[in-house]
Amino acid sequence: MARKISDTRRWGFTILAWGVALLIFFPILWTILTSFKSEADAIASPPKFLFFDWTTQNYAEVQSRSPYFRHFMNSVIISVGSTLLGLLIAIPAAWSMAFQPAKRTKDLLMWMLSTKMMPAAGVLIPMYLLFRSWGLLDTRMGITVVLMLINLPIITWMLYTYFREIPSEILEAARMDGASLKNEILHVLTPMAVPGIASTLLLNVILAWNEAFWTLNLTTSKAAPLTTFIASYSSPEGLFYAKLSAASTMAIAPILILGWFSQKQLVRGLTFGAVK
Amino acid sequence: MATRHQKTLARLMVAPSVLLLLGWMIVPLAMTLWFSFQSYNLLSPGMEQFIGWTNYKYFLSDPAFWTAMQNTLLLVGGVLVITVGGGILLALLLDQPMFGQGIVRILVIAPFFIMPTVSALVWKNMFMNPVNGLFAWLAKAVGAQPIDFLAQYPLMSIILIVAWQWLPFATLILLTALQSLDSEQMEAAEMDGASALSKFIHLILPHLSRAITVVILIETIFLLSVFAEILVTTNGGPGYQSTNLTYLVFSQALLQFDVGGASAGGIIAVILANIVAIFLMRMIGKTLE
Repeated sequence: MARKISDTRRWGFTILAWGVALLIFFPILWTILTSFKSEADAIASPPKFLFFDWTTQNYAEVQSRSPYFRHFMNSVIISVGSTLLGLLIAIPAAWSMAFQPAKRTKDLLMWMLSTKMMPAAGVLIPMYLLFRSWGLLDTRMGITVVLMLINLPIITWMLYTYFREIPSEILEAARMDGASLKNEILHVLTPMAVPGIASTLLLNVILAWNEAFWTLNLTTSKAAPLTTFIASYSSPEGLFYAKLSAASTMAIAPILILGWFSQKQLVRGLTFGAVK
Repeated sequence: MATRHQKTLARLMVAPSVLLLLGWMIVPLAMTLWFSFQSYNLLSPGMEQFIGWTNYKYFLSDPAFWTAMQNTLLLVGGVLVITVGGGILLALLLDQPMFGQGIVRILVIAPFFIMPTVSALVWKNMFMNPVNGLFAWLAKAVGAQPIDFLAQYPLMSIILIVAWQWLPFATLILLTALQSLDSEQMEAAEMDGASALSKFIHLILPHLSRAITVVILIETIFLLSVFAEILVTTNGGPGYQSTNLTYLVFSQALLQFDVGGASAGGIIAVILANIVAIFLMRMIGKTLE
């Protein structure tokens, strides 16, 4: 009897949760569906949910209207490039803060986090003017460096929380066995640090991919990643829902898939290890 | 334990990231401060001159500034209330026994990965558009007058869009925290005949407090600089109804080319953010160990 009640409960929660989840997911589903419609079907009233003439024509048109692939590659280069550059600088810092903490390490970490709170509006103008006079406006290098700088605190923090969990006894044991510093790093620490570095990489690529303040202000066309490219659809020309949906679907698909893989790391990464 | 040699090495390893962040903070900030005391318009180059506090006086007496301030606070506050409140409810729901929990989680978390320009344009056109949007169709289907969301309720519409993006984040973090709740404690409370509400108030909420703090802190950092959503939906309008501080500084500088005035606005934004930051850092400092 008790088992039966719990089954009803289970089904109740299942239906409720699926309903809510589908509601939250609906805008994304709707965008994907619309990307396969003709422009006329896209604004049909009543809306056509599944029974329409499926077409992939929008995807071709998006590419012909503007070089989608170039913007896609810009997004890849900028997000991966800024993250790798950030890792290169942050790994030694996080490493030494985790394994050789000084008295001020905690303060230093808090200060790094506080730089993240500086509003972009406060530094937009000088950055824009400096970029203009250095010829860095609308260059991939310029925007990559800026994204690296804004994500550096997060990268350092994340790495720090991962490194801190590597037990230092292992280090001591290796030292007792007479391992050199090089061997210690290469064979003992690196294998234990790789998962943390990989999660940091994944999460920061996602953050950089979706960054939409500096990319919108410092790039226009040549170096424009997908955020800027999609923003060009904000001034509509005729019927454009299906094309907008196709462009959007292509812009979000890769990161959605990466994101689903990284959901476990997401929580501890974005909360700086405070919630695990 | 650490030798002098090791200490030097440790400092050298930390130095690049500290110096870079220091430079990133100080150089542009000093320039903004300098510009804020200048009469400097990009349309009249070579005419720059020191004008003292005039830019600040101008900015602070501009009604647009106070509107933008109010909008900034409403935007941050509104989104926080919706995402933390909704996040707690959703986390409690997702923590219940059900079929296909993994897929439900994946569906709920998805909006967080959507780039801001995409979500804003999709909501603006395919949902909130008064002629072709789905909401308009729904309104007509029940015989009501369709609402032109972004013209009639611009700030509220933007709050909704941004909240949709951040609800998954709050939910996921609160759910993770919820799952670490000691089940024995819950069972003990049940044995004592505690009601669901009192279990929530005395057990669950205290357990979640740390996670809630973290959610508020991190969301505030990002929400103070909401920009893309405003740029592609309303351009801050109608009038200044959906302009926040970030957008105001942007439009002053890059649309009206008034570097001096915009810099004063930027400095005010920095001061405000610092007030919030001090407050929040103290909170997180307390909860983190």
